[in-house]
Amino acid sequence: MGEDFSIQRRACVAGLLMAPMYSALAQFRVEVTGVGLTQLPIAIAPFRGDAQAPQKIAAIVQADLERSGQFRPVDAAGAVLDEGSRPDLTPWRQKGADSLAAGSLTRLVDGRWDVRFRLWDVVRGQDLGGQSYAVTVGDLRLAAHRIADYIYEKLTGEKGVFSTRIAYVTKAANRYNLWVADSDGENAQSALASNEPIISPAWSANGLQLAYVSFESRKPVVYVHDVATGKRRLIANFRGSNSAPAWSPDGRTLAVTLSRDGGSQLYTIDANGGEPRRLTQSAGIDTEPVYSPDGRSIYFVSDRGGAPQIYRMPVSGGSPERVTFTGSYNISPAVSPDGRWLAYISRINGVFKLQVMELGSGTVNSITDTTADESPSFAPNGRLIVYATRQNGREALMTTTLDGKIKARLAGQGGDIREPDWGPFQK
Amino acid sequence: MIKRMFLALAIVAIAGCSSVPLDNVPVEDKSASAVAGQPGGPGGTESTVAPVAADEVAGTGAGPVNVARLIYFDYDSYVIKPEFQSMLESHARFLKANTRRKVSIEGHTDERGGREYNLALGQRRSEAVRRALGLLGVADGQIEAVSFGKEKPVALGSNEAAWAQNRRAEIVYLR
Repeated sequence: MGEDFSIQRRACVAGLLMAPMYSALAQFRVEVTGVGLTQLPIAIAPFRGDAQAPQKIAAIVQADLERSGQFRPVDAAGAVLDEGSRPDLTPWRQKGADSLAAGSLTRLVDGRWDVRFRLWDVVRGQDLGGQSYAVTVGDLRLAAHRIADYIYEKLTGEKGVFSTRIAYVTKAANRYNLWVADSDGENAQSALASNEPIISPAWSANGLQLAYVSFESRKPVVYVHDVATGKRRLIANFRGSNSAPAWSPDGRTLAVTLSRDGGSQLYTIDANGGEPRRLTQSAGIDTEPVYSPDGRSIYFVSDRGGAPQIYRMPVSGGSPERVTFTGSYNISPAVSPDGRWLAYISRINGVFKLQVMELGSGTVNSITDTTADESPSFAPNGRLIVYATRQNGREALMTTTLDGKIKARLAGQGGDIREPDWGPFQK
Repeated sequence: MIKRMFLALAIVAIAGCSSVPLDNVPVEDKSASAVAGQPGGPGGTESTVAPVAADEVAGTGAGPVNVARLIYFDYDSYVIKPEFQSMLESHARFLKANTRRKVSIEGHTDERGGREYNLALGQRRSEAVRRALGLLGVADGQIEAVSFGKEKPVALGSNEAAWAQNRRAEIVYLR
């Protein structure tokens, strides 16, 4: 990002930015389109010790901030600074940076790493504080994401999502893997490996468990899986197909699609197991339930009107109201954490496109230029959506801002990659 | 918080000077909250995920000899075409003669559309076959209708020839 923009005091208005632009960082690519973007220019100095450490903290922090769409990096290569420095802010101001971050990482005698940083407001000449973390080598990236969260919150006033996790599924050589990865798609760890398909992972509200559909017993059944311990239990293994798990916000209940009574219908089931309670009674297909953030409604897909559309109904039961009216194929609803937005997939002229509806007004925007979009899921701060699509003939995971202007392709394993679900804030 | 505000005021008071005094703003130690109470125990890696390998699936059993197991469907349809009727009758005869044998009817779709919605469409196909076998006198307890949606295509490729082969229901005899 070497272009020279005229810098305003608090924000950079990249009004002339028309063509897609790519980050120079190797492990990911941020694509910026559209006009009128307001991005905060920030300089992240190389962390003292980065060169000797297994993770480059400054690069991870910068990539996080860039992917959010709200920051623009200012070159800080060669700067010799750390959290204890008293930097002369004048040259940074001249470079157009509104903020500057610097830090260090040091190996402790017990083998852990001490990671520290400090943030400065370059414009006001103000120390915005800092933090330190003592972490194992396996949590160095987590420490970097927490630094990015701190900076994001200090400068935007909203919580960052960089230290959250994303679950997704890969298929390579007929081997399926359910992964838990950092929010940038890196640092993926396998939670489940299987020779049969795995679909529809869904994080519990506390971020400790995943519900998903596994075909390992030659039919779809729903498991709840404790990610840290690998302990899992069958939550729905009824006659017929069991699928589409969704957690209630309080974590006590799962909504699922079961065909045990003939036809695919919605049921709720206690998260500890037990007898399901039937929620819908239709002659058609009812599936893909998701709870509203207040836990009072369930959005779902039904073809009761002749074609798949998204409906909303009270959790207690009662009559559903239709939510989507444009087109003849609207599926895979996801509701933003503030309940304001509905993301879903629409078939338009034979291709599948991610749509974002403002629920209050019913206004719908198509925010991608790909044609095989699937499985949208909101970041816990509601500012980004992760979704699956195809790019250059391969499956890919992308993040996008709600207006579609900033997109990034997430890093991932080889093979096909799909079914992303963005986890909640970690405590 | 209040301390921090005082500090901010102090800094504003000396603004104009571009280097900032830091001595009074300690770097906040977040190690305790970051590491304590984690699954790996004290000092363990917080973001660790325990890997699990799913068990292998049990094999399938033999059914009637020289009888096809696949029923193909038109796009967006779960109507069983007349050409499959005699094949279904053969399976029904076998199941009625062997009442301890069970079958799983596995419904499949082509690759177009969402995974969960296709799972439900595949279920419609397998249930159509289950109902057809039921009408031919097979006991309901011998048949389970399930769906794989678009997850298990037999033909790869994004064209009508491949899609037509993938829109199917498969009769699988259990051991």
